[in-house]
Amino acid sequence: MSARNSDSWTLRVRQAMDRHLPMDHLLPDRQPYYVGSWVYVFGVITIAALAWVIVSGVVLSFFGPQWWHDSSVGRFFNSLHFWSVQLFFIFMVLHLWGQYFMAGWRNGRAATWMIGVVIFGISILTAFTGYLSQQNFDAQFIALNAKDAMNGAGIGAFFNVLNFGQMYGLHVMLLPIGVTFLVVAHIVMVRARGVVKPIDPEGARP
Amino acid sequence: MESPATYLHWGFILISWPNLLVILGMLVVFAIALVAPFPNHGEADDVSAK
Amino acid sequence: MKSMGQTQEEYYRGVRMVPYDLLKELVLAMAGVGVLAILVAAFLSSPDVAPVTIANWSQADPVDFVTTATGELAGTTTSAGYGAPYNTTPDAFQSWGPIAPQAWFGVRIPIDSANAYVIDPLKHASFTNSTLAASLTQWQAATPDQQAAWLDAYTTALADATVKDGNVTVASGDYGPLTLMMSNLLGVAQTGGLDGLLAINGRFYQTDYTQPLLFMGDGGYFDGLAANEHLSGDLWGMMNETGTYPGQTWLWLYTMWYQVPPFTSDTGFLGLNAGNADLGIIILMTVLTFLLALVPFIPILRDIPRWLPIHRLIWRAYYAPNGQAPGRPTSVKPLGSSVPPAP
Repeated sequence: MSARNSDSWTLRVRQAMDRHLPMDHLLPDRQPYYVGSWVYVFGVITIAALAWVIVSGVVLSFFGPQWWHDSSVGRFFNSLHFWSVQLFFIFMVLHLWGQYFMAGWRNGRAATWMIGVVIFGISILTAFTGYLSQQNFDAQFIALNAKDAMNGAGIGAFFNVLNFGQMYGLHVMLLPIGVTFLVVAHIVMVRARGVVKPIDPEGARP
Repeated sequence: MESPATYLHWGFILISWPNLLVILGMLVVFAIALVAPFPNHGEADDVSAK
Repeated sequence: MKSMGQTQEEYYRGVRMVPYDLLKELVLAMAGVGVLAILVAAFLSSPDVAPVTIANWSQADPVDFVTTATGELAGTTTSAGYGAPYNTTPDAFQSWGPIAPQAWFGVRIPIDSANAYVIDPLKHASFTNSTLAASLTQWQAATPDQQAAWLDAYTTALADATVKDGNVTVASGDYGPLTLMMSNLLGVAQTGGLDGLLAINGRFYQTDYTQPLLFMGDGGYFDGLAANEHLSGDLWGMMNETGTYPGQTWLWLYTMWYQVPPFTSDTGFLGLNAGNADLGIIILMTVLTFLLALVPFIPILRDIPRWLPIHRLIWRAYYAPNGQAPGRPTSVKPLGSSVPPAP
């Protein structure tokens, strides 16, 4: 670090970024050769499904929560949203299974695992508020039943599942931003440290 | 697709067949991912020595 | 941990690297998942059962509607005696030992069932209906004992009520003004007026459906429709969906606890029982989520992947005896060792 500018916050942040996350770590064109299994692909297809969830969700929110009940184009985008969410959760859980069996948290990667669990939790909350924002029978029933779980735990005093406006706002704004931000952090952490080595040494017999 | 799904019932477990299909599908996909050969990267061209 | 503070270069030292196009993989994944999602969306569509309105309810099951409305007036429905956060009902909260968050936060979404669901809507309807106005005055002038006597008699008579042309008829008896009040409320509901009154609730813009939803939840009609779709909580309802669609399968563990002891039992275990199941299950799921997050630090849980041979399948090329992996150099180097790289 240059002594002349060592008190510059900007310079220190840039130098820290260069040190921990240079471009060839962020966008490497080579991977260790043990990265060679379809199990590794569950992460990237989870991101792909999330992208489709966001694209279809942006279209739905642009036209408003009532549009898809009356328009066949709207219904299609709702269906795309619905199935992308199903795929997102399926792939995310497969990724979780894969990372568990590979013990992906080893060698200083525990925080990456923990953020992944937080993403799973916030995704569940995001999907839940989405189901409550459907404006159909399913949404009515989920709201009526979920209120007891929320109220019993005291959460219902602040998080009113019967309040469509509150649920819709959380669903289209705060929670998706949370998921996206944490997914970016998760990916950056993976790229900064690289892919964890296999559990046993190379060529080791069981 | 609009008519209520059929449900399977064992003991305390009650599950709709679309849900069961999703869960079984996940297990199958995971098993395939474990055993299916991954496309070859080509020749290993270097050993990290930086 | 041995690699703490290591740079990626140090971590990868001695590991053979192969070309891997991450962005190409991402674009292919986007395309593949997109095609799959678009095809499934186009062919299977998505569930959308129309919402139930109070008009639907009062037309389809007028006796259930009038019985529920009478219960709201008498204060005997679920929502009328719910306690926090809707109203103050002594001891109507879940607790586990000293943990009683439902009671801690008090009444934050006040609902006065008798006024909200019966008296206020009838006041609106009575502006052009002097007979109804007289009935309301008679009701409000009556003593609580007199009101209770009328409500008891009317509720009992409703058990044998008959429906003709959408109107509810009960055997003759002393119900005070109740018969007239309830037939008017039923009329307002059947024309859709009550949906508007409860949803708007004195405002113009409105996005909060707490009042009408709680009212519908107090009746038997709505629950009956939900039971047909297997949505009830005691039937794993949280993970189910209307129609032949997958639901929130990821809630399987959460909804499972509602099907097993101690959460199904009256006596329970360690103070957890059916009575405080909602609170108990939230606490349990919170603990389990923390455990999942802390797996890297929990002995046994973090060791299971090492004991199970699944990782040997995933990394079978890496673990293969010398010479089977592609591009393998002649010397085998233990990972993370400081052996210099092969030329």
